[in-house]
Amino acid sequence: MPEPMPSVIQRLSIALASFWRALVDPQFAAAVARLRAGRPAELAPARPEPPHLQAAEPNAALQLLGLLQEEGRLIDFLQEGVARYSDAEIGAAARVVHEGCKKTLAQHFTVAAVRSEPEGTRVTLSEGFDSAAVRLTGNVVGQPPFNGSLRHKGWRVTEVRLPQVASGHDLAILAPAEVEL
Amino acid sequence: MSEPRYAVGIDLGTTHCALSYVDLARSQGDEVAQELMGVPQLTAPGAVEERPLLPSFLYVPHPDEIAAGDLTLPWAAEPGVILGELARTIGARTPIRLVSSAKSWLCHPGVDRRAAILPAGAPEDEVPRLSPYEASVRYLAHLRDAWNHAHPDAELAAQEVTVTVPASFDPAARELTAEAAQAVGFQRLVLLEEPQAALYSWIHESGGEWRKQVRVGDRILVIDVGGGTTDLSLIAVTEREGSLELTRVAVGDHILLGGDNMDLALAHVVKAKLSAEGKALDAWQVQALTHGCRHAKEALLADPTIESIPVVVPSRGTRLIGGTLRTELRREEVTRTLVDGFFPEIPADARPATRARGALTQLGLPYAQDPAVTRHLAAFLGAQAGATADLPGFAEAAVGRFLHPTAVLFNGGVFKAGVLADRVLQVINDWLASDGAPPARLLEGADLDLSVARGAAYYGYVRRGGGVRIRGGTARSYYVGVESAMPAVPGLEPPIQALCLAPFGMEEGSEAEIPPQEFGLVVGEPVRFRFFGSSVRRDDQVGVLLEDWPPEELEELEEIQATLPAEGRTPGEVVPVHLRASVTEVGTLRLEAVPRTGSERWKVELNVRGAPGA
Repeated sequence: MPEPMPSVIQRLSIALASFWRALVDPQFAAAVARLRAGRPAELAPARPEPPHLQAAEPNAALQLLGLLQEEGRLIDFLQEGVARYSDAEIGAAARVVHEGCKKTLAQHFTVAAVRSEPEGTRVTLSEGFDSAAVRLTGNVVGQPPFNGSLRHKGWRVTEVRLPQVASGHDLAILAPAEVEL
Repeated sequence: MSEPRYAVGIDLGTTHCALSYVDLARSQGDEVAQELMGVPQLTAPGAVEERPLLPSFLYVPHPDEIAAGDLTLPWAAEPGVILGELARTIGARTPIRLVSSAKSWLCHPGVDRRAAILPAGAPEDEVPRLSPYEASVRYLAHLRDAWNHAHPDAELAAQEVTVTVPASFDPAARELTAEAAQAVGFQRLVLLEEPQAALYSWIHESGGEWRKQVRVGDRILVIDVGGGTTDLSLIAVTEREGSLELTRVAVGDHILLGGDNMDLALAHVVKAKLSAEGKALDAWQVQALTHGCRHAKEALLADPTIESIPVVVPSRGTRLIGGTLRTELRREEVTRTLVDGFFPEIPADARPATRARGALTQLGLPYAQDPAVTRHLAAFLGAQAGATADLPGFAEAAVGRFLHPTAVLFNGGVFKAGVLADRVLQVINDWLASDGAPPARLLEGADLDLSVARGAAYYGYVRRGGGVRIRGGTARSYYVGVESAMPAVPGLEPPIQALCLAPFGMEEGSEAEIPPQEFGLVVGEPVRFRFFGSSVRRDDQVGVLLEDWPPEELEELEEIQATLPAEGRTPGEVVPVHLRASVTEVGTLRLEAVPRTGSERWKVELNVRGAPGA
């Protein structure tokens, strides 16, 4: 859609502003010169669209917390102070958490290592490697290919199988209070 | 009715249901396109998830317990009950609203299986109740809805459906299962015995190799120990016109003994240890303990180098660290309780111990009184010593104190523990060695959880001409009680004779002869008969009248009832009739009253406790 044509008042304001800016900004002056010569006025190269940040969707997070609490009592475990308990007592509870959370993880996600090599081996990263999947640390200089030692093989979720949720279900209730009659 | 596109197998288990299917259009010979259907079910209030198995649990929630919207399924389901995983988890906390083991109730001859009696032990008038029959209908309806949701272009009702039943199910329980399947709309239905389904699955998995793994003269013992029941069958390998054939020659009694008993037994061992330390557990904690013991048991049985596994019972409140009880399950305890408790090494002539039941027996499920699976197995093989005597090529096998199996196929989750399968095989081989017979070999490669559903779907496929079939027909002969004409003696029950109505091994879709004996039925009045079955009397023909019999040979079943409608007759008139047996195409026994003249027939009810006038 073509832009609406400026009115007389607007044109006056554009002319005054352009006069001053052409005096102080050589690039602007050059652009006006190009425009007057009948070529499109290219200003500074178009800036890239600033990266757009978006809030993570809370429902899936709440659902996962609920699942970890249901099977693995994770919220109970984290909400309780550990200072006054012995390692044996914490260990016993950790078994509940480990077993349950592990089950939840296996049930709802397929987790695979990002790199299949054993940790500690030398790996080569050729040009164009996925910097989101592999993080460089230490002496990060020069050009790819990079040679380095694999410190952590990384984890990647290859499949997500979260339960479907009934519309109207309140996911903020991670665990309902229980009242025995 | 359009041609079915799939052969569907449904394992309607005591603790789990599963559904598998074969795409008929994409299958040819040994190339079978088979899949397992994931069953969407509620796993938490408001959460629906697909799981390979549907736990056979049904929960009747209180109206204020769960918001109606939180019970939404992907399809419009009949409201009021919860099925599957969520039923099991919330039922563990509120057992009075939980229906479990409905299938065992379906085979309980002491109760009216159509009466609303479940959940057993729920307070009268407080909790809506269902009958064992209705519970089966609900499980099947859930599977049907799940199927129709996933296959909107091929409704389950129009597919070839095989529903499995325990080999030991009595005729009334089979009929109720068939009726439940028909009630949810299955039009092309057959019943299949679970141990046979397991063998079909093994045949299918072998991909044609099975012909090399068995030979003529083999006697395959199928041992199926599921969550709640133990089911035994013997299948002989015979030959007809140069090709191998399978014949099911015997089935065991209905034994309510399974993996759940074993987990409970372990939990009690651990609970005793905790109470010795002065720590008492409430019902919720015992449940959690049973769960923990099951995991610990699986770990111990899977790795022989581990000596003990910690078992923790989490607290019920939010104080997880402070309130958690810790103990451990030791290898020695598992061996003593499970391996020696449920699978003891006993001689071949050992028999299960039976206690006389107290006069005040609670009306519950008739659980096996002897927990030793191997003793039940010894009793079965002992009773069936002559099972193959009539088969050509099996003459030498008949000699011996018990029937000598040559191959063993295990089924059921219990045998995931290799130790237990090894123990059973070793016990059988010890018996065989003591009789101077060669050891039995193991038929490997069965999927212990899913083979019944898979085998059932495969059976639907082979029924259409795709492969070998197991023959055998009915595994019992059936008798009706006849009071003998004798002068009454005070204080003595008049002696009863047993008239054979259906011989052993009647095939589906066949009809027995009409026995010569007549019964007088009173028009308009229900008449009851005592009814018997025998899994060992193979030679009795229709019309044979037994004067007396060893008590272990004939088992009394639920009474049967004949009612002659009054239309066209004078009420009170006595009509002489014959009783005739047939086996339907579905695989259920049918008894009919046939008058001396005319073409009328009246159905004789097998399940009469709920019948009007009962």
